[in-house]
Amino acid sequence: MNLKKTFLPLINPISKDNPILVQVLGICSALAVTSKLEPALVMAVSVTAVCALANVIISLMRNTIPQSIRIIVQLVVVAALVVVVDQVLKAWNYEVSKALSVFIGLIITNCIIMGRLEAFALNNRPWPSFLDGIGNGIGYGVILIIVGFFRELFGSGTLLGYQIFPQSWYDAGYMNNGLMILPPMALIVVACIIWVHRSYNKDLQE
Amino acid sequence: MKGLKKKIDSIKPQFEKGGRFSKLHSVFDGFYTFLYTPNETSRSGVHIHDSNDSKRTMITVVIALLPCCLFGMWNIGLQHFMATGNPSREFFSLFFYGFWAVLPQILTAYIVGLGIEFIVAQIRGHEIQEGFLVSGILIPMICPVDTPWWMLAVAVAFAVIFAKEVFGGTGYNFLNVALVTRAFLFFSYPSKMSGDNVFVSLGGEKAVDGYSGATPLGQIASSTEPGAAVTNILGDPLSFGDIFMGYYPGSWGETSTLCILIGAAILLLTGIANWRIIVSALCGGLLMSVVAHNWASPLYPVSYLDPITQICFGGFMFAIVFMATDPVTACRTTIGKYIYGFLIGAIAIIIRCYNTGYPEGAMLSVLLMNCFAPLIDWCVVNSNIRRRMKRMTVKNS
Repeated sequence: MNLKKTFLPLINPISKDNPILVQVLGICSALAVTSKLEPALVMAVSVTAVCALANVIISLMRNTIPQSIRIIVQLVVVAALVVVVDQVLKAWNYEVSKALSVFIGLIITNCIIMGRLEAFALNNRPWPSFLDGIGNGIGYGVILIIVGFFRELFGSGTLLGYQIFPQSWYDAGYMNNGLMILPPMALIVVACIIWVHRSYNKDLQE
Repeated sequence: MKGLKKKIDSIKPQFEKGGRFSKLHSVFDGFYTFLYTPNETSRSGVHIHDSNDSKRTMITVVIALLPCCLFGMWNIGLQHFMATGNPSREFFSLFFYGFWAVLPQILTAYIVGLGIEFIVAQIRGHEIQEGFLVSGILIPMICPVDTPWWMLAVAVAFAVIFAKEVFGGTGYNFLNVALVTRAFLFFSYPSKMSGDNVFVSLGGEKAVDGYSGATPLGQIASSTEPGAAVTNILGDPLSFGDIFMGYYPGSWGETSTLCILIGAAILLLTGIANWRIIVSALCGGLLMSVVAHNWASPLYPVSYLDPITQICFGGFMFAIVFMATDPVTACRTTIGKYIYGFLIGAIAIIIRCYNTGYPEGAMLSVLLMNCFAPLIDWCVVNSNIRRRMKRMTVKNS
């Protein structure tokens, strides 16, 4: 029981309190970076890292931050972490960094991170805050990866750049679905995931 | 006929509550009311109904579509025979070539669409709604003749589920299902939905020299010199009579302005379509064409077309007669209908002339105005309330 309570911040955001499916936060980046699976994966890892580290740092400082300027302090911390993530990406995976372009920088404005800092890290000790950051990052990342999976599979016929549908399908008249690459279809895929999620979790239905 | 009725009546109890096939009640009911007027009376509420129920409304629209449909089939044959250099112009060989070319599409649209409707009706315990009767014939008519059947199946499934069933089924869709299908195809498989190679069915045969399958609007949009003559697929210029009759390639149901006008007359005489929408859309389209024509610019070659030719080309007429008048997605208020229709016409021509990426704008303009129809209604209703509130004097004390 105690163990379960400790890990509640980690487990909860993955399904019952998922940032995208239930809180409907971070939709913008979920639509923008998921046309291929690889950027979606990188984005998921980046957001998880930033969210967890920002949560820990703010949680450590929570007793020293004055109420009136807490947002700007949070922004500085998040911005610093995002710059670090950006530089790491540029050094290690320049191609994906270019594909993600401005969206890595825009992690700063990702509502999930600010939301977790405000709602959780300011009132909790570092260890639960860390778990909460990881949990929310994973909850966000899982949806990104699912959306990216379907969009890349049906939009380009590939996964992580490897051809999945054989050439014989294309010779027989199969075509990639161009709409899958466009943002509207990402919204519809997210809607389908929410549909499935809500039909399993009936208590979430409004 | 009497025997059939007797037979149906004899198996009816099996489909009612407690019967063997009670799960299939809605399927049975759908077929039964399709054949006969049910002799049940209402138990509460209104007791006097119009004899024109939604099944008859839908059938009337299908009848109004028949001239376009039959002409379209014949025209497919004509374009095919011209393109392959076959000198035969025998009516039935032209017609049946087109008929066999589009039959798989029509069947696909009906089987997939009605299949989903039947399944959803069973799951929800609803009765079968008849909305797809019209959509099923409309969808193939607004697509190029060579659209592969599996694409059509995917698009119809998408449109019926996401544009209609998730909102509650027939009568609750805020977007026109047929146009959502077309938009899905257009954005998903652009190479199969536009360009020079999809609007004429070659049927695997070799085209003659000098053949080009470009539609008139496609030709103009890609022409470099302003005011170039529009030609048919063999390069002969099209007269206005040819354009009006529809002897040119295009989405097969919508080329003939004459047949569309016959359909419009049927819809208006039976009172199914609303004349306000059609007339105001026509005004909007003509006005915008006149504006575009007067201030034509070489940057936008389509703006050189004279207004009458402009509205006869492409899917404009078809869209304003059969799509804009869809009572579910159009405005409900009278003033709203004028605004809605006018904007559909004007926006269709604006997209056609000034967005060089899309040779035709009728589909996008109707979908756009479908989204705005509830807002227009809201504004009209509220302005009416405000006006009458002003007239009201409060007599206190």
